[in-house]
Amino acid sequence: MDKFRMIFQFFQSNQESFMNGICGIMALASTQMYSAFDFNCPCLPHYNLAYGLGILLVPPFILFLLGFVLNNNISMLAEEWRRPQGQRGKDPAVLRYMFCSMAQRAMIAPAVWVSVTLLDGKCITCAFCTSVPVETLGNASHPHLSQGEIQQVLARIPCKDIYNGQQLIANEVAVRYLRCISQALGWCFVLLMTTLAFLVRSLRPCFSQAAFLKSRYWSHYIDIERKLFDETCAEHARSFAKVCIQQFFEGMSTDLVAARCHLPRKTPADAGEAAEKLLGITDQGTMNMALKSWHRCKPPLHLHPPVLPAGNGWAGEGKPLKHPSASQRETAAYYSWV
Amino acid sequence: MDRFRMIFQYFQSNSESVMNGICGLLALASVKMYTSFDFSCPCLPQYNMAYGLGIMFIPPIVLFLCGLILNRQSLVMLEEWRRPPGHRKKDPAVIRYMCSSIMQRAMVAPVVWIVVTLLDGKCLICAFSGSVDPEKFAGFANVSTAQVQQLLAKVPCKDEDELMRNNTSRKAVSRYLRCWSQALGWSILLILIIAAFLARWLRPCFNQATLLQARHWSNYIDIEQKIFEETCCEHSRLFAHKCILHFFESMKQEIKLHSFSLPREGERAEGEEDFLQGITDQDQVNKLLKTWYHEKPPLDVSQAHQR
Repeated sequence: MDKFRMIFQFFQSNQESFMNGICGIMALASTQMYSAFDFNCPCLPHYNLAYGLGILLVPPFILFLLGFVLNNNISMLAEEWRRPQGQRGKDPAVLRYMFCSMAQRAMIAPAVWVSVTLLDGKCITCAFCTSVPVETLGNASHPHLSQGEIQQVLARIPCKDIYNGQQLIANEVAVRYLRCISQALGWCFVLLMTTLAFLVRSLRPCFSQAAFLKSRYWSHYIDIERKLFDETCAEHARSFAKVCIQQFFEGMSTDLVAARCHLPRKTPADAGEAAEKLLGITDQGTMNMALKSWHRCKPPLHLHPPVLPAGNGWAGEGKPLKHPSASQRETAAYYSWV
Repeated sequence: MDRFRMIFQYFQSNSESVMNGICGLLALASVKMYTSFDFSCPCLPQYNMAYGLGIMFIPPIVLFLCGLILNRQSLVMLEEWRRPPGHRKKDPAVIRYMCSSIMQRAMVAPVVWIVVTLLDGKCLICAFSGSVDPEKFAGFANVSTAQVQQLLAKVPCKDEDELMRNNTSRKAVSRYLRCWSQALGWSILLILIIAAFLARWLRPCFNQATLLQARHWSNYIDIEQKIFEETCCEHSRLFAHKCILHFFESMKQEIKLHSFSLPREGERAEGEEDFLQGITDQDQVNKLLKTWYHEKPPLDVSQAHQR
């Protein structure tokens, strides 16, 4: 467990490399998805375009939404956006920063899908095979075919085994032509995306660096605060449950004693901790009743104060509140992933 | 485990070695990209040159920009360049040093791509098959001018038709262009290696002291930036901690004020009492959670400090 925790802390501590790692993994997953996908062009005149463009554009959209869904910080952004103002003002720059950084990360997998699709060429070949310029690449002087029939023949270009237009235009020529166009588009798309990413990253320090530092700090703060609050609530719930259950057992024990009119057996003075932990339930019948009662009639969510005051009965101010995390347990290092 | 941790810490601490690692990874990625890329020359007269030269030069630009983007030091350098002087003067030698080291590292992957492309030969064959002199090759010498361009453009594609497939002239053109391509590739590699060798060996002869200073201060700026970010994170964690405790206390006070049954401090275990902070009821917990959403506490823990 310690090893795992140290590895985890290493990745958490270098947050930039962690987020880059996540983006790299998603990009690889996108490539893997594409190669595992069995592309199957319909080779029919109007269906080709819809299929090809659908495979080109619909999965990136899904991946983009998935990038948002899988990002835990989206709920944090939504919460910060929708909360009532209360005593703490809302800073739109912080919201914008959070949204931009999430959107940038979510854009990587779709961009990789589109690039890989274009560089591979199958989609564009399928989608635009009916638009191949037959005059320049083939024999346009094929007299016997009407426009519709030409479209039908051209639509079969991606399916080599049923292609019957070798006299009209050679299959290899058309496929090479379309693939060349597709790859050119693909590389231009990759160049465009990389240039945009470069500009976004490098122009920021030239303008608004101070505002950026401020937004980044407060968005990290919101993230850490939410995590710490959740942890504090979890601790509170644990203590609440512990006391509630303890009181339940004590109540059971008292009830049973009262019902059976047993004299409470005085536990020997040296029975120690083990006897205390038994909480007054010391036989099978009592335990069974306790379990049944726990299922049938759970205690209310209300911790009543203990019956007897301690010490000399002075019911004045309680002990000063100690920070629970100071000495009881070590603090975990929280780093924000925004 | 300790060794593992030490290795990680070593790599983290020496940012130069991290950058060298990234540079090497990018070079390997460049080779992998080339081998997995399905090169397919269009074999059409005007398209060949554009396609061939495009494949040779556009991916290197992309790899160069990627090398700049993935290098953390480029951001540090830009910030250092654009910041107002304030109380700390700017040293142009440091900025120049950082800039040159970033550029050198970013240039490795593009150069690897170009060299691999040239050594493989497909790009050059595709781009320049239409530009060879047809007189030199027996099969193309007697063909009319209009046709020769078409035929030469089809040289890179092996499976065109029966006529071309076993044509010795086609293979001759291919071999000729590949020979040129590989010669060019090896020459470029040799020149670059010699230049790198000379630069590394002759550098101590010029301005060694300035170089040491520039390197030290560029490392310093990098480390300072990292530590500042870590300190900000630590600070925001403590701030959040105080803010939340303050919130719980103020809820406890409010509940004490509003409820008539004073909860008596009693026999309960000390630890549990502290954790519960006086909130011992389902309604109280619900109220706390609702207040947390509807009215987040102000970002001001100075009162908590004074308590």
